[in-house]
Amino acid sequence: MMTVIAARGLRKEFTVRVKVGRLRRDRRTVAAVDGVDLAIERGEMVGYIGPNGAGKSTTLKMLTGVLTPTAGDVSVCGLSPVRQRTRLARRIGVVFGQRSQLWWDLPLRESFDLLRHIYRVPPAEHAARLFRCRSLLDLDAFVDTPVRQLSLGQRMRGELTAALLHGPEVLFLDEPTIGLDVVSKQAVRGFLAELGATGDVTLMLTTHDLADIEKLCRRLLVIDHGRVVHDGTIEALHARYGSRRRVVVELESPSSPPEVPGATLSAVSPLRFEYDLTGATAGELLVRLAGLAIRDVSIVEPDIEDVVARLYTGVPVTDAP
Amino acid sequence: MRAYWALFRGQARSQTSYRLSFAIDVVSNVWATVLDVFTVFVLFGVTRTLGGLDLREALVVTGMSACAFATGDMLVGNIERITLYVRTGRFDAVLVRPLRALPQLVLMDLPLHKLSRAGFGATVYLVALGAADITWTPGRVLLAVLAPVGGIVFFGAVFVITASVAFWWTESGEFGNAFTYGGRDFTSYPVSVYSGWFRNAFAYGLGFAFVSYYPALALLGKRDPIGLPDWVGWVAPLVALPATAAAALIWRAGLRRYTSTGS
Repeated sequence: MMTVIAARGLRKEFTVRVKVGRLRRDRRTVAAVDGVDLAIERGEMVGYIGPNGAGKSTTLKMLTGVLTPTAGDVSVCGLSPVRQRTRLARRIGVVFGQRSQLWWDLPLRESFDLLRHIYRVPPAEHAARLFRCRSLLDLDAFVDTPVRQLSLGQRMRGELTAALLHGPEVLFLDEPTIGLDVVSKQAVRGFLAELGATGDVTLMLTTHDLADIEKLCRRLLVIDHGRVVHDGTIEALHARYGSRRRVVVELESPSSPPEVPGATLSAVSPLRFEYDLTGATAGELLVRLAGLAIRDVSIVEPDIEDVVARLYTGVPVTDAP
Repeated sequence: MRAYWALFRGQARSQTSYRLSFAIDVVSNVWATVLDVFTVFVLFGVTRTLGGLDLREALVVTGMSACAFATGDMLVGNIERITLYVRTGRFDAVLVRPLRALPQLVLMDLPLHKLSRAGFGATVYLVALGAADITWTPGRVLLAVLAPVGGIVFFGAVFVITASVAFWWTESGEFGNAFTYGGRDFTSYPVSVYSGWFRNAFAYGLGFAFVSYYPALALLGKRDPIGLPDWVGWVAPLVALPATAAAALIWRAGLRRYTSTGS
């Protein structure tokens, strides 16, 4: 294994001006990223999530050489991002959702050709990669259309291709599915999954769409208030933040819910109970409910959105590892 | 080098993809310079000499300035769009490419339609050189070529410096125009028509006097009524060097500031 992205104590402060009184303004220092440690191995697919303003984009900008860290060490592909920016740029691919790498007035095909010269890619390699992207992302229908006339989904597929034509070792994606329709989202996810399966490309993506993470990323980094509050699998996140399986019981006739040890009632109406399993198994719970006239029972698996929503809305989580 | 050439090609193809609009831009761009030159004629309808130069001599100053500004504006002028790049965050996309930021911005926005204006500026300059009473020597031929080149570089540097302000002050708006377009207007006339602190600041402090006025004096073999020695005109194009150095320093400082603040 080889560590492709390494950061230690990564920190970025911004100075903001705050209005105090009618004319006075105070300068205040805000840490957008506040001591992030990262170690991402070659071939990993990592989801980087957090609420707005948590520091996701700032981290990505420090990893791609756009922003200089205030403190901490960072290396990507063994290079120092800001100092060796142009060298690093040849080895990484970047898709910043709303910031296009394509030529607005030119057909997609010509943008790809220009990028070949900009990244100095040998024609054969370029053609092979383009061929692969064209078939996987279904580009053929619009490859001769000027970029300004493409739909958002088509453009995003173009952006992905543009970011991959020079064969990057690491791909950074900032909100790659934002604003896309369902079909395009699936096309993008399928493509990224395929890319990750090869094991050559390391992938780090920020997203608001947790389905992206569930489909693509074995590893999840949750950042809040500039700090990593979770680093691990989705299952570990559930275990840690107490996401529970839920049992929904629907009744034939109204009755009152029994107390069950190892399960807490989370919703009650005359014909419907909901239990959160806090220790008991679903089977144990059903045994206790045997006396009721049950019409239907369903077991709801924990939803990552709930966990993260709780994380985002709750008090900042301070017990970071 | 081929990478930058690709950027240039992309820009050229993008612009010419709107044929009619491109054609209109080409034609309309000439007008700005036509008006500058016309203003000089109007002035001479009121007076016979301007700062010690007659009409044909003053036109050498105007022509040299027009040629230098129009070409510098075409090559580097669109760097002022950096405010847009910084404000919209598109500058980040520039920084993740394996190329240097300044040449990327210049080539990505190179306004080819301004070629007509640069051509017109050069024409005015050549006509003025022909009409003025110049005793040609090999040295003067060389100066006649080098002076506008120095002027182009000088204006290019001014454009880079004023655009760099965007790194500190995103809404810099019209501020830079005082020095770019203001500089063009200043260099269109003999420096001797200005006076006081304004002349000292613009002409000598910022160096605009050395773009067209002093080289023109050397070509025409005239003395400077302000009193600078004759050799000044011969070395005036060298003003491009400190200007370029200043531009490089300020640009780098701006870039460092951007990468440390991100806005």
